[in-house]
Amino acid sequence: MAHPAVDSDEESRISEGDYVVLKRGDVYKSVQIEKRKKVIFEKQWMFMDNSVGELYGSTFEVDSGGKLILRKPNNTEDPTDTKGAGLDNRHIVDDGKSQKLTRDDIESLKEQGLKGQEIIQQLIDNSTTFRDKTEFAQEKYIKKKKKKYESNVTVLKPTSRILAMMYHGREPGKVCHLRYDTLAQMLTIGNIHAGSKVVVFETCAGLVLGSVMERMGGHGSVIQLYPGGGPVRAGMESFGFPSHFHNTLHEFPLCKVNALLSGTLNVSEKDLDSQSNGRSDEQGSSSQVSTDRGDESSSEPQSMEVSTDPAEAKKKEDSEKLREQKAQEKRVRMEEKRKRLAAAAALLEGQNADGLVIASRFHPCPVLLGLLKFVAPSRPFVVYCQYREPLIECYTKLREQGGAVSLRLTDSWLRHYQVLPNRTHPVLLMSGGGGYLLSGITVTADAAATSGSQQKSGEPAAKRIKLDEIKSTSDSSA
Amino acid sequence: MSFVEYSEFIQEGDVVIIFLGHDSMMPIKVEAGAQTQTRYGAIRHSSDLIGRRFGSKVTCSKGGWVYVLHPTPELWTVNLPHRTQILYTTDIANITLMLDLKPGSIVCESGTGSGSLSHAILRTIAPSGHLHTVEFHAQRAEKAAQEFKEHKVAHLVTVRNQDVCKEGFGVVGVADAVFLDIPSPWEAVTHAKKAFKRKGGRLCSFSPCIEQVQRTCEALLEQGFEEICTVEVLQRVHDVRSVTLHLPDFGPEDGGAESAKMASEEVLLAANSSHPSVTCRTATAPREMAGHTGYLTFATKPRG
Repeated sequence: MAHPAVDSDEESRISEGDYVVLKRGDVYKSVQIEKRKKVIFEKQWMFMDNSVGELYGSTFEVDSGGKLILRKPNNTEDPTDTKGAGLDNRHIVDDGKSQKLTRDDIESLKEQGLKGQEIIQQLIDNSTTFRDKTEFAQEKYIKKKKKKYESNVTVLKPTSRILAMMYHGREPGKVCHLRYDTLAQMLTIGNIHAGSKVVVFETCAGLVLGSVMERMGGHGSVIQLYPGGGPVRAGMESFGFPSHFHNTLHEFPLCKVNALLSGTLNVSEKDLDSQSNGRSDEQGSSSQVSTDRGDESSSEPQSMEVSTDPAEAKKKEDSEKLREQKAQEKRVRMEEKRKRLAAAAALLEGQNADGLVIASRFHPCPVLLGLLKFVAPSRPFVVYCQYREPLIECYTKLREQGGAVSLRLTDSWLRHYQVLPNRTHPVLLMSGGGGYLLSGITVTADAAATSGSQQKSGEPAAKRIKLDEIKSTSDSSA
Repeated sequence: MSFVEYSEFIQEGDVVIIFLGHDSMMPIKVEAGAQTQTRYGAIRHSSDLIGRRFGSKVTCSKGGWVYVLHPTPELWTVNLPHRTQILYTTDIANITLMLDLKPGSIVCESGTGSGSLSHAILRTIAPSGHLHTVEFHAQRAEKAAQEFKEHKVAHLVTVRNQDVCKEGFGVVGVADAVFLDIPSPWEAVTHAKKAFKRKGGRLCSFSPCIEQVQRTCEALLEQGFEEICTVEVLQRVHDVRSVTLHLPDFGPEDGGAESAKMASEEVLLAANSSHPSVTCRTATAPREMAGHTGYLTFATKPRG
């Protein structure tokens, strides 16, 4: 096969500092590659050091010291040869004695450093019933043992698909039980694409935010509205986006939305300082993701407890210095924060966003009605909720209020299939629910609604006049 | 307007979606001087559409009104002229996520069909990706190419009129993702394999019948594809409405006070009868819904 020169391997090599996803079977875990750092995955210790410089998609075996050993792609052949098989299980009796190896025997095999494959071969050789099992049952037996004794770990580049599956499988509570097929609907219904301006409000650990950013490819802008002291972005960080993606990301506190809409938002330094001082103090520990800040605040009280008596004065001096340094850092941070707030406010002020995506643990009704004001007409919006009833309320309110058409309340079913020769059927266990979506398209508000709130003045009225003119001319001509 | 970029105002040559009310829409191409008839009367393009803002209300000649919407791949899917059976948004959404599509992706697709999925792919991979789509039916291929031009996405797509099972996608070693919606996908698996970049990528095959899935999975396994996984996704649309449930009458009771307590604010006495009833907002499942579209088989083409 001829390969074009553009298909270089360099971009697909694992480097230190990369965010990657470990995969074993159907289990995923997101980690950052750091040398000499212990990672626990599926009850196994490992060090990621040896993965650096290898290609994404490589599979490694983990040795007893936690070292990764690259698995060559050609030794994935199935060595467990099975001669002979039974037709049915009429003569197979469960006496608990079919396996001649004891638990201790298996443990010692493991301690000898035997490879997973070799242990499985031993188990097969020492099973008295294996040869009587049907071909299908043998396959199933081997598959089960492989899962237990083979410790292969594949290192993958993160994508929305992988991270959404990971969160749904490992920590569904953190993403409000948002299933990956529902996330898929949100991104598509929301028409998320490069070059648009999207408003996101989520409490899904940053997974939804990251997925939106992936679909935008660093083109356009994303404004994340956040509750509390700061946006949660762990899920977004796991995507490992290049730095220019971060330039397109803005954040704006939900608690300032009213001020922004009424035009009373003041982004001058003094105002912000006094406003958020108290707030960031009280919430700093709870939801702030910027980890370094969390470490800072926790390190101080520790050091105080440890060094008790020897040099009281010096300690005081040190803490004074530290305090001053921290105050300086804080001022820089506040200035940075103020700039970012002003930038986000400027983007929202136009009330011309191209889309709105909501997925949170809050009641969706006030969130949707509040944030829809930032969206231009003829743009899609989509709201996720784990429960159906709040979305029914949303639907009703939105109908009363107007300003949106094509409202749809939906949910989806996801069924997996086992596809094997002569053994094809739906997988026995399926997810009971992946949450609900309310979606629609914004339209220009009616005159009645416009006069009630403080919308852009004049424009709709002018259109009305124009419309009437058209109507009268067309009527007369008819 | 373009299918990959929003604009604020309607211009001549645009495709707009006329929203007539409850799931009733029609696409129209805006031309100066042209008229479009709706059940609410005529829409005159020059005065009613050109220069107007997308999302505005337009009054038709009979006095009824409609909304004009900016086209999106999702609106196009429910409004496009069918030349074949098409893929709908529920499947499209999952295909897009599971194929890891994003701006810059190079995608191979066959067949093009009516272009429902093609538009969604183009939206997602713009501005730097490319779609190589193969359609063996000459007339459909031509029509699709023409539509892509009208929708201002032609620079992102190459339409080839050939048989993917015999001649492949017309490109080798370029794709991040391959999508197959053809009657015998197993015959195209080797061509799909060749289309991928050396570092590999993701494949999806859509088939309505399980026998097709079976053969496709065998072919994929034989060709060294990994993480083979078949799923089915169904969407339920819930109809939001108020329902009224009558309360049963057990006859007079000793504790009169208690029954008075039962009559909360939700219990209403119907005007013309004495039946007390409760009204509640609920969402009901549709009487009938799409129970099957097709099986989606996904696989990873490993590096090689």
